[in-house]
Amino acid sequence: MTDAAVATPPRHGSLLSADDRTRRRNAAERRFRLYGLIAVGIAIAALIVLLSSILVNGSSAFRQTFLHLDIHLDEKVLDKSGTRDVAVMSKVTTIGYGKLIDAALKTTIEDEGIAVAGLTAKDVTDMISKEAAAQVRTRVLADPDLVGQTVSFKVLANGRIDGYLKGRVTQESAVRDSNVSPRQLHLADALREKGLLSRDFNWGFITAADASELRPEAAGLGVAILGSAYMMIIVLVLSLPIGVAASIYLEEFAPQNRWTDLIEVNISNLAAVPSIVYGILGLAIFINFAGLPQSAPIVGGLVLTLMTLPRIIIPTRAALKSVPPSIREAALGVGASKMQSTLHHVLPLAMPGILTGTIIGLAQALGETAPLLLIGMVAFVRDYPGAPPEGFFDPAAALPVQVYNWTQRSDPAFVERASGAIIVLLIFLLIMNAVAIVLRRKFERRW
Amino acid sequence: MTMMKFTVSAIALAAAATAADARDQIQIAGSSTVLPYATIVAEAFGENFDFPTPVVEGGGSGAGRKKLCEGVGENTIDIANSSSRIKQSDIDLCAQNGVNEIMEVRIGYDGIVFASDVDGAEFAFTPGDWYAAIGAKVMKDGALVDNANKTWADVNPALPAQDILAFIPGTKHGTREVFDEKVLIAGCEETGALEALKAANGGDEKAAEKACMALRTDGVSVDIDGDYTETLARLDANKNAIGVFGLSFYQNNTDKLRVATMDGIVPSTESIASGEYPVSRPLYFYVKTAHLGVIPGLQEYIDFFVSDDMAGPDGPLAAYGLVSDPELAATQEMVAAGTPMAPLN
Repeated sequence: MTDAAVATPPRHGSLLSADDRTRRRNAAERRFRLYGLIAVGIAIAALIVLLSSILVNGSSAFRQTFLHLDIHLDEKVLDKSGTRDVAVMSKVTTIGYGKLIDAALKTTIEDEGIAVAGLTAKDVTDMISKEAAAQVRTRVLADPDLVGQTVSFKVLANGRIDGYLKGRVTQESAVRDSNVSPRQLHLADALREKGLLSRDFNWGFITAADASELRPEAAGLGVAILGSAYMMIIVLVLSLPIGVAASIYLEEFAPQNRWTDLIEVNISNLAAVPSIVYGILGLAIFINFAGLPQSAPIVGGLVLTLMTLPRIIIPTRAALKSVPPSIREAALGVGASKMQSTLHHVLPLAMPGILTGTIIGLAQALGETAPLLLIGMVAFVRDYPGAPPEGFFDPAAALPVQVYNWTQRSDPAFVERASGAIIVLLIFLLIMNAVAIVLRRKFERRW
Repeated sequence: MTMMKFTVSAIALAAAATAADARDQIQIAGSSTVLPYATIVAEAFGENFDFPTPVVEGGGSGAGRKKLCEGVGENTIDIANSSSRIKQSDIDLCAQNGVNEIMEVRIGYDGIVFASDVDGAEFAFTPGDWYAAIGAKVMKDGALVDNANKTWADVNPALPAQDILAFIPGTKHGTREVFDEKVLIAGCEETGALEALKAANGGDEKAAEKACMALRTDGVSVDIDGDYTETLARLDANKNAIGVFGLSFYQNNTDKLRVATMDGIVPSTESIASGEYPVSRPLYFYVKTAHLGVIPGLQEYIDFFVSDDMAGPDGPLAAYGLVSDPELAATQEMVAAGTPMAPLN
């Protein structure tokens, strides 16, 4: 090397015009920056493609097509006895109510003077969601005095009609689609002109329970959001105290020896264990051994707690470590015990870091799917879980699992719902991450 | 770490102790083919009865039956959905775990259809065409040779000259069993390959049938381990391919798929009910009779499932694609009486 340096002739020429070597170095510098820029560009492009495809597919899930109908609640059908006794009236199933709704739509079509060539009775029936009958039945059983009156209802339109208004179903595709006919689309156009068919914000998508494949228009995220919230409560209540206690012990009290080294290495290892492993563990311990119920948020919460613990311990220890030793020494110097110095001084100063770590750990747990698949959270659950703590043991779904579930359904309407669910999940994750950033910005102290 | 695990297990145990109150909803698991039907019934059941809506899980027929046979008690499922009949090994496992009585309920039939992109060519298949297209060893000029057919026209001049590419269900699916039996083995026999394979295996029929199920491995037939939505996505990317679907999936996507005939028969609920369309199978669910009367609503649910309102030819299950069972009345009687299934013959 030195020989080469010696062999280089001394530099001649002006500082203002770069020589070959300088030019090469500058070019290499520019190339290096360009590589970095390209890398960032690829990452941003991928993010944009991902987000825009989800937004384009999913934003339509937040709007839904409704039919406005005046339904005559015929006493002869709904309450033959005339006693308005709910126990007797509940013998009338949704099939009976469905016929009333059909009749109401038929009368509406006649009254409004809408004529569609070749419209069959089945075409009319299939305009309305199967959920409508359940909606009317629930309302009537809650208020039996409605029987005999004509009541206005806002009911869901069939998923295919909804798809037509959203552009998913067209006249051309309807010709080939066995579940919708072009006549129905003409009828939908006519009803829309009369103001009887409208698209509104779909609160049901956020509050309603999942629905079967016959009524994708009624499917919502209510049970999944509640299930995810229950699991997050369990994860927070269990993993924060356990994680913080473990971190304080390891950081402040534990002697430095081979055992604590081993524990430290294992905590780092556990943070890297694939989440499905925790699912298998949860199935073996909590369901098969401890006998906890399947599909319940308690099991999901416990499994996610195991998964989140190392992810909370690591940032918590880092936060404790970043508190300068002078604080501890000052506290000890004025006569505080080790515990007092830790609880009164070190822990409060480390709290922003701990909370940030906890929230990011929770956000990861919220988006976790794999372990939940193994413990039966991927089930079709239509009843809302009860209020906690009993509700922790009721079956529920979870947000990421609901996405997985909907992508497997055969009706194309579920594609938009799955993307819509992803949007809801992303909003929750964004909120949690934003809270973490605000906490860190606001309270973090630097020494 | 071990201490922490102990702590968590201890919490779990404590939680289990407080959760000892009775389970009040029905739990169902099993076949993903039966899953949509079971959810439709569960939904209607929850709406019309004073019982909670049953919790329905997928996971596959075999897994569902295994779960059913885990034992008796609230911690085990009540019903297993299955797209193939229960096996003796399942019954033995059940008996070993104290599940001595199972009720077998046949809910109807399901067709398996062959479909391609809606704008593509029309196909009229026979099982023989399929065997000649994707079987490992095929008959050519009276001899058994490695399959070298490139296009469907090579297989049968009546078919379009389109490259062979088939998306078939993976081996973990119940659908594959039916495909093997009703298409590959039937086609094997039709083309005469079965006889030749039997001769090659020294007259062993079982070995010959097994050889019939061997598929060519040059990428022409692709196993799909996911569900039908994956097959549909693959078809969308490869417009020349043919996919294997359940009838109900096809009926929900007729605007994207063109169905092929088999032996000249168009698959439909009618042609499957009459037995004309050859590729169909019965669907079942299995009930743990020990749970009848213990889990509230179980008897009502199974009665409701097989009622004419649900499983009948005009019911919502038929609207979704289930071929209703002509012997439904007998099933209703059997369910009402709670008759457990007889030993497999």
